[in-house]
Amino acid sequence: MSPLHAARASAGAAWCAAIVVCGLLYEHPLVLGVLCAAVLAAGALAGVWAEMSRALRLCLLAAPLIVAINLLANRNGLTVFWRFGDVPPIGQLDLTVEALAYGGALALRLAATVLVAALFAAAVDVDALLLGARRVSARSALTAVLSVRLVPVLARDARRLDEARRCRADGGGTGAAAKVAVLRAICAGALDRAGDVATTLEVRGYGTHGRPRRRREAGSRQDLAFAASALAILVLAVGGRAAGLASFTAVPALEAPVGVDELALTAALAAAVLAPFAVRRGMR
Amino acid sequence: MSVLELDRVSYAYPGAGQPALRDVTLRIDPGEFVVLAGGSAAGKSTLLRAAAGIVPHVHGGTFAGEARCGGQSTRDHGPAALSATAGSLFQDPETQVVMGSVRAEIAFPLEGRGDGAGAVARGVEEVALALGIAHLLDRRTADLSGGELQRVALAAALARRPPLLLLDEPTSQLDPVSGDELIWLLRRLNEEWGTAVVLAEHRLERCLAAADRVVALRDGAVACDAAPSGFQAWAVDHAPELATPAATLFAEVGLRPLPVGVKDARRSLAARGLLPDAEAQADAPSPSRAERRRARRDAALRLDGVWHELRAGPALLRGVDLTVAPGERVALMGRNGAGKSTLLRHAAGLLEPTRGKVRAAGRVALLLQNPGDYVLHDRVGDEAPASALRAVGIGHLADRHPRDLSGGERQRLALAVVLGDGEHEAPIVLLDEPTRGMDRIQKAALADRLHAFAADGRAVVVATHDAEFAAAVADRVVLLADGRVIADGTAASLLGGGWYFATETARVLGGAGGALLPAQGARLLHTTDTVEVP
Repeated sequence: MSPLHAARASAGAAWCAAIVVCGLLYEHPLVLGVLCAAVLAAGALAGVWAEMSRALRLCLLAAPLIVAINLLANRNGLTVFWRFGDVPPIGQLDLTVEALAYGGALALRLAATVLVAALFAAAVDVDALLLGARRVSARSALTAVLSVRLVPVLARDARRLDEARRCRADGGGTGAAAKVAVLRAICAGALDRAGDVATTLEVRGYGTHGRPRRRREAGSRQDLAFAASALAILVLAVGGRAAGLASFTAVPALEAPVGVDELALTAALAAAVLAPFAVRRGMR
Repeated sequence: MSVLELDRVSYAYPGAGQPALRDVTLRIDPGEFVVLAGGSAAGKSTLLRAAAGIVPHVHGGTFAGEARCGGQSTRDHGPAALSATAGSLFQDPETQVVMGSVRAEIAFPLEGRGDGAGAVARGVEEVALALGIAHLLDRRTADLSGGELQRVALAAALARRPPLLLLDEPTSQLDPVSGDELIWLLRRLNEEWGTAVVLAEHRLERCLAAADRVVALRDGAVACDAAPSGFQAWAVDHAPELATPAATLFAEVGLRPLPVGVKDARRSLAARGLLPDAEAQADAPSPSRAERRRARRDAALRLDGVWHELRAGPALLRGVDLTVAPGERVALMGRNGAGKSTLLRHAAGLLEPTRGKVRAAGRVALLLQNPGDYVLHDRVGDEAPASALRAVGIGHLADRHPRDLSGGERQRLALAVVLGDGEHEAPIVLLDEPTRGMDRIQKAALADRLHAFAADGRAVVVATHDAEFAAAVADRVVLLADGRVIADGTAASLLGGGWYFATETARVLGGAGGALLPAQGARLLHTTDTVEVP
């Protein structure tokens, strides 16, 4: 149990959303890098490092791809560090420092978003959010419930089918063909599975009595801490952007100022992200 | 007013040649505990689905007659509307849990009803305490075992305290201890809350003693509707495959009335002076060191000090040593989570031991719990070679779609897939809970097949919770607990003397004479020279 787990879902979700907004407002590698580090630290403080490390591995796999694609596709930079010459059918291919830096910033932005999503999935109570959604629109919430529930069910099906494939007398094939056969079987069974889950929702009386009532609970220290943190992150992010801090220009020439203002902004953002984890008193 | 009334209900699934229910008339009164009996495809699950309104609202098909649940016609009210009257629990717990945490799962039906936060919290707490799952409330549903999921799904079905509970083989994933606990829990709910229970079950010996009434279905029609003792009398004459082992034992010896449970049977035998003295079954003498060495050298399958330790969790296997000889038939037993499936996965090479070694004398064929997992194609003939299909008796089904096969046929298909043709013949055959959802006829057929494998010199290892099936198949039983082998001996010594891991015949006779199955028990009673056979 961590302060993030103890906070109500809406406060946790608002805090995660504020970090994502901050990541979308800035392209400066310093801000994005510090944001990623702060989210990783938050994951460790929330006790979900295993989930965070899986997400981090995914980011590290995706980052070179993003950088490489940007290097090849972005031709607006001025500082060439490698000339390939004429490469048919692409034409003149020059790799620039600016394209490299911009690709890196994009990868960092994606990493910040993926890491926050992983933290959200691991530590925020999705069921409570869906309950809130049911008050707004039962049908949309039903779709969300089905999707949320079906993913782990199909993932377990995939594991079982793959194990069964390996037990076949003929070895179950190898490589992509074997994986495609399993994928095909899962897709064929997905409709049945969705039907099973929908039937369960029906027999549990889903949507028969209108909107569920609003839960009125007194705010805990953790609720207040994460709500205040979300607000602080948003104020810092929007205020900093309005003040022109941590601006980043990749093309045609690289401009990424790192001064006292930028350092102060990133330090304040990191502190705002991590501060609510210090509020441990009265955790349920 | 009856809580459930079916009046001449007939139903056929879309595209099905035969109706699944035929002219069923049935009335369930409040507070009744009714067991639905019948072989595979007899119509038990369909009847439960018709009672809950799932048939025909979800499945479609052709429906005739009238079904009323809590006075509401299922023609006019769907499953959601009927859920206030009927709580339902089906076979597969994985698809019956829709929320991320146990607390949210149990709260879900209460919130759907519009209960306030206080009523929801109290309802969750009460049902969790009643089912003994209060310690699971803050767990994620994705982390629960099959048995735990089944209890959580039952709690969700009970949360609104419906006057009628419809249960389709809820003990199929549970070990004997948990299965018995669940049945007695249902009985307690039935007695204390007055909840009417309709329970479909294959292993009748587990639940008959708790029932007020048994309804037997055959080909979709009601074949018998009687009190448990009346059902037993009907079953031994008209459907021997449905009679419990104790009833079969009494029938073979010619004793009447037929018992409903173990207590009933023992009291009846004791009153006649027929209860044999229970003697401890001596284990076979321990083999000498040379014999052990030879057995290890000639073993079909050998596990030496196998450990399976999770990276950030407990050890699932703790130094397991196991040697299985060619032609040997071994039953692996133990509670849920004892390590049976993990051991089989190691033996088949699906998992790598963190310590220890696994040696197999050839290919290992492993039949996993769900035969549907082996279905990768649209045609039975594409799943396995024709010779393999013929070997398991389903050569004539080659052009059918695998999903259109019955449970027993699908299991034989899975066996054909893992055993293959002669080219890929496996000298070691492992089966993980192969009798889930099978009736006694199908179990007997599977047991015969496994005997034939062993006669061919194949080593057979079966992980099962079903003591009757283990007794029918195995000559040796290995009992696992907490990842360790805690007992290893003959079937007679291990299944004859226990309370839970014992057959019903052994419990009736107190393990006397090593009799595990009704026929063996009858022979034993005949030899006591005191049986008055009419």
